Amino acid sequence: MRMSNQAPSDLSLIEPTLDAYADVPGSLIAILQATQDAYGYLPMDAMEHIAERTGTPIATIVGVATFYAQFRLEPVGKYLIMLCQGTACHVNGSELISAAITDELGIDDGQTTDDGLFSLKHVACLGCCSLSPVMMINGQTYSSLTPDKAKKVLRQLAAEAAEGGAA
Amino acid sequence: MRLVVGEGSCGLAAGAGAVYQQLEELLAQGNEAGVELGITGCNGMCFLEPIVDLYDDEGALHRLVKVQAKDAKAIYEAATTGNLSLVDKLRISASDAEFLDRQTRIALRDCGVIDPESLDDYLAHGGYQAIGKILSQGMSQEDVIHEIDVAGLRGRGGAGFPTAFKWRAARDAKADETGQKYLICNADEGDPGAFMDRAVIEGDPHSLIEGMLVGGYAIGATEGIVYVRAEYPLAIVRLRKAIADATERGYLGQNILGSDFSFTLRIKAGAGAFVCGEETALIESLEGKRGMPRLKPPFPAQAGYWLKPSNINNVETYANVAWIINNGGAAYAAMGTEGSKGTKVFALSGKIARGGLVEIPMGTTLREVIFDIGGGIRGGKQFKAVQLGGPSGGCVPAEKLDTVIDYNELAATGAIMGSGGMVVMDEDTCMVGMARFFLDFTAKESCGKCVHCRLGTKRMLEILDRIVNGQGEEGDIEKLEELCYAIKDGALCGLGQTAPNPVLTTIRYFRDELEAHINEHRCPAGECRELITYFIDKDACVGCTSCARQCPAGAITGERKSPHEIDPALCIKCGNCKTACRFGAVRVR
Repeated sequence: MRMSNQAPSDLSLIEPTLDAYADVPGSLIAILQATQDAYGYLPMDAMEHIAERTGTPIATIVGVATFYAQFRLEPVGKYLIMLCQGTACHVNGSELISAAITDELGIDDGQTTDDGLFSLKHVACLGCCSLSPVMMINGQTYSSLTPDKAKKVLRQLAAEAAEGGAA
Repeated sequence: MRLVVGEGSCGLAAGAGAVYQQLEELLAQGNEAGVELGITGCNGMCFLEPIVDLYDDEGALHRLVKVQAKDAKAIYEAATTGNLSLVDKLRISASDAEFLDRQTRIALRDCGVIDPESLDDYLAHGGYQAIGKILSQGMSQEDVIHEIDVAGLRGRGGAGFPTAFKWRAARDAKADETGQKYLICNADEGDPGAFMDRAVIEGDPHSLIEGMLVGGYAIGATEGIVYVRAEYPLAIVRLRKAIADATERGYLGQNILGSDFSFTLRIKAGAGAFVCGEETALIESLEGKRGMPRLKPPFPAQAGYWLKPSNINNVETYANVAWIINNGGAAYAAMGTEGSKGTKVFALSGKIARGGLVEIPMGTTLREVIFDIGGGIRGGKQFKAVQLGGPSGGCVPAEKLDTVIDYNELAATGAIMGSGGMVVMDEDTCMVGMARFFLDFTAKESCGKCVHCRLGTKRMLEILDRIVNGQGEEGDIEKLEELCYAIKDGALCGLGQTAPNPVLTTIRYFRDELEAHINEHRCPAGECRELITYFIDKDACVGCTSCARQCPAGAITGERKSPHEIDPALCIKCGNCKTACRFGAVRVR
């Protein structure tokens, strides 16, 4: 699993959001969502900056950031695998898919591969229950998975990334 | 001729986007016949996605199912030449068509029919007539609430609280000097296995807006907020467009349709927390805080969002409102049972032959929904149980299949109506594993405010973990029961109070399965990995080698064309071999 050792964040990326929302009560979640959109995760220095600009204690901000499943405190890989853990997917074997992904990539829920290519995240129902089990990778849904099919998808993405890197 | 591609989330996941794109490209190359191409939301037949509806020049519908991008050419030819025999092999079968024919659609009336991105299409299907009727006829707030009262509409989010009661309380609540009241929509559909609210927003966003307009008028609110799950990006996009269009055309904003009534609407994207489906936790989240429930009273009707009087209903509840105003409360109440009026939408999934969205009148039996509409169990297996209400509900066994859908009748089984998740299980599903699955969910989603919920669910999960791993002990069932009742009594909100339900129904209906795990270290369904062994039936194995090739652990050996064998010491129980075997020779004991 990769650990973060991040360079200082470019805080200007969130200035427009802060200009618009810093003084609007109740906007903390919206500000954090915009921040995550900007950096791909919530860097600590960005949260400190939000604390300063909004006058909210940093503990409150980290408290909110760690409460909600959507927020990440670590950068994610190029491909974010969102593996559905809904009831229908569970009944149709999502546990086997999870094991297959771990077997293929060596990462568990919440972790990122050393090469920074894949992150795995177990998510609550994606709402495609009739196509279960499903996973979503960067907005694309892969449905009616088998362990084998899931591995093939990952291998194909890895191959595409390698090609892209070479080109 | 008109071609309409179903572009709900499930349709898109199944490949509807590529089908649309192909059709668009073909029509751009040549379309002298003037074929129109459009989109619609989910019609609920998820098991047949992607779906293309072809309307011929007489307006008759020809429904084409399981359409792939490679079929686009044939559809294009059929539509442009009028030779519909070209798409005969894609036509929906008569038995599959029954899935829709047996339903009564009110909340889903326009889903899969209209273009969700077109306000004009909504208007053409009777849209915004309810709010128009209220404003032009000068209906009073009480007139509106009375109609909802007569309809007997109860909250479709799960608890089933009478909507008219909530509206009256919010209307009667005294606002402060600002006069501000809020009308909120709970679209934080968190029950894993329920997706009807998403389908409504994606397929018919204006019906939600209109329901909220009526509610806002009834309670005297001028501002509405829709709290949508962040996992529903398409729903957010469509709702945002619908709000912008409705605002531009004067259905939202100041002095709606030239009246004194003003109402604005905005979206707040949730950030992923199941507990935010609880109304006071949702309000905390709207205020930008951790979504932890508040003590009630005061109820949101007295002190809700920013402590102002607020009313919260879920999407499906609002989606019924315009129909009730247009058709009258009595017409709505004519459907259903004594205590449960109208219709309810269910998301049918799991081991079901035809999964999707089903809207049926209250009073229908579970058997009718699962077998007559859903087509029963997939692959000829035995029905075992149906899970209702998700993490707050329970599993209803086969002997209770004739239970009618009614808030009280379902509660009597130990399950709940819930928001409408209906996950069907067959003989291969381990009921202890299901209970563990839900406890794992609630333990993770407990906000941590109440000790009983925070620690109690964790302790229950530990016990269930032991049981599914073959380390159950005598007295575990009693310990679970004790924890169940302690959590029910000690938790502040609905999440905690209902979290034990899946375990309680498992103890009630599937005690023998629990006991087999605990006393015999055996999983009768053959699902709990620690308790099962894979083996190959020598008489059934033909030696095709496909299992050995799929085995990631190299645990399967054998000569080609002679029976194979699994080494239990090497087997990691991934189940690949069982999936790979076409002869049913890989077994579990």
